[in-house]
Amino acid sequence: MSGPLIVGVLVAAGVFLLLRPGQLRLVLGFVLLGHAVNVLLLAAGGLHRREPPVDGGGAESADPLPQAFILTAIVITFGITVYLLRLLRRASRRGSRPPETWDGGPR
Amino acid sequence: MSILLIVPVAGPLLAAAVLLALPDRLVLRRVVALLATAAVIAVGVVLLVATSDGEVPVFRVGDWPPVVAITLAADPLSALLVTVSAMVVLACLVAAVGTGDDRRQAFLPLTMVLSAGAYGAYLTTDLFNLFVLVEVMLVPSYVLLALSGGPGRAGAGRVYITTSLLGSTILLAGVGLLYGVTGTVGLAELAGVAREVPAAAVAGGVVLLAFALKGALVPLHDWLPRAYPVASPVVVALFSGLLTKVGLYAIIRIYAVLYGGDSAYHPLLVAVALASMVIGVLGAIGVGSMRKVLSFHMVSQIGYVLLGLALFTAASLAAAIFYLAQYVLVKAALFLCAAAVRSTRGTDRLSRLGGLASSSPLLALAFGVAALSLAGLPPFGGFLAKFLVLRAANETGDWLVLTVAVLVSLVTLLSMLKIWGVAFWGEAPRAAREGTARPGLALLGPPLALGGCALLLGPLGGPLLQVADAAAAGLLEPAGYVRAVSGR
Repeated sequence: MSGPLIVGVLVAAGVFLLLRPGQLRLVLGFVLLGHAVNVLLLAAGGLHRREPPVDGGGAESADPLPQAFILTAIVITFGITVYLLRLLRRASRRGSRPPETWDGGPR
Repeated sequence: MSILLIVPVAGPLLAAAVLLALPDRLVLRRVVALLATAAVIAVGVVLLVATSDGEVPVFRVGDWPPVVAITLAADPLSALLVTVSAMVVLACLVAAVGTGDDRRQAFLPLTMVLSAGAYGAYLTTDLFNLFVLVEVMLVPSYVLLALSGGPGRAGAGRVYITTSLLGSTILLAGVGLLYGVTGTVGLAELAGVAREVPAAAVAGGVVLLAFALKGALVPLHDWLPRAYPVASPVVVALFSGLLTKVGLYAIIRIYAVLYGGDSAYHPLLVAVALASMVIGVLGAIGVGSMRKVLSFHMVSQIGYVLLGLALFTAASLAAAIFYLAQYVLVKAALFLCAAAVRSTRGTDRLSRLGGLASSSPLLALAFGVAALSLAGLPPFGGFLAKFLVLRAANETGDWLVLTVAVLVSLVTLLSMLKIWGVAFWGEAPRAAREGTARPGLALLGPPLALGGCALLLGPLGGPLLQVADAAAAGLLEPAGYVRAVSGR
């Protein structure tokens, strides 16, 4: 039962950070949400779903497909996070400090 | 034959690699990008012809067995959308020569990657690959928006990235849940599953929610009119032709295959469709630049397509697909008109425009044709599309739907007339009168060609209607698609 608990805590923390003011918190919130989804994908796999495609395998082997999903998802999330941080840095270098609101409009 | 399916994905990606290797040869770069896109159009037409008799070409990358292969397949709907999207990309590439957007080093490679992701999303048969290809499409769009934007682009870029990222996270969670319930992410294996397993219906609902956000359906539309108008008009034309349409395509495909058009969801879909139509068109009234008006109309027009899907009859699905195809072309034509206006007058704010009809009559012609088609006046393609949707709605006898659809198209006409009256007929402002710049061929050609398509689709819409009918039949009865994709 640890899977749902971890997902729940990560989503709660991620959403909390998303709703706080400040851009760095928003980036961190998305990182946590990404982790939550990755744990969810892992939990979606299970042990008895499929045989290993190549070797025949033992009696119990973990489902490889969700792990492949997660690997792909991690790469994508990492790339976008880096891009977000770059945008953040550019915004903070332009003005003396980043704008108060995320879309740059009045609060 | 089926090997051709890889061309729309691999071709533009290869072109992007070649473009990165040719940093300084502007003419050569343009030729490479145009050729790659033209090749995709050719493949799209071949696929359209091949799928017209109900055959579904399938390509498994690396010839792996169906369970583990990355499978691409084309039915009439996919083939049509690939062709139409590639036409929009071609028009945008030509217009970018005129506006100078493609002088930025990154523009052409990013456009190629973006379009490859969109074509791939239309052709893939697997929800996880759909997620990956949507990301392939979105990541270049983040950069294009931030690169090409005017003032306020940093803020708009952040809104756009945040929304897209949230959508992608929800999408991935939905795909994970669906895999947890059913043990597969292949569309063929998932056919009809949401009708039988309630948990799969919930998981599919999470996926649909993510695509509703990406497709900017009300009440998840607010990001679109805030983010899009900041980008340069050519980039917005590209986005309007590809990005939100992929979301819409995914909703159509998933609702047809997973849910089998389950009528329990019709009231919800009709409500979302009507709300999108009304709120989009009302939002367009209060804004003051061509790009903003057109962006709000995107939300509104998506409602008509969704309405056709919601009714889920053969006639309404064919109407929705016809509508989608002609609307993508018309919308791109309108945004490219805005691009021509902005690059000759330096702005597309209505308060600073006027007298365009006398200074560039051809541009006025292109805008007029596309705008009247968007509003749905005969004899343009837009009229036929709206007529088909309304006729399908009439068969269900729902008067509220009919009334709203007609009223919304009247308001659409009003807001097109507003642009026309101010920008094209109005008195030219003093500053603009001195500049005598006229849009060149590269700026005028694409909107004229796309507007010409809109005009021809009215009286000569028969072939497209046949394709739409075939696509609707495939959606109503996905057994052929499922059999071809699953290889059984």
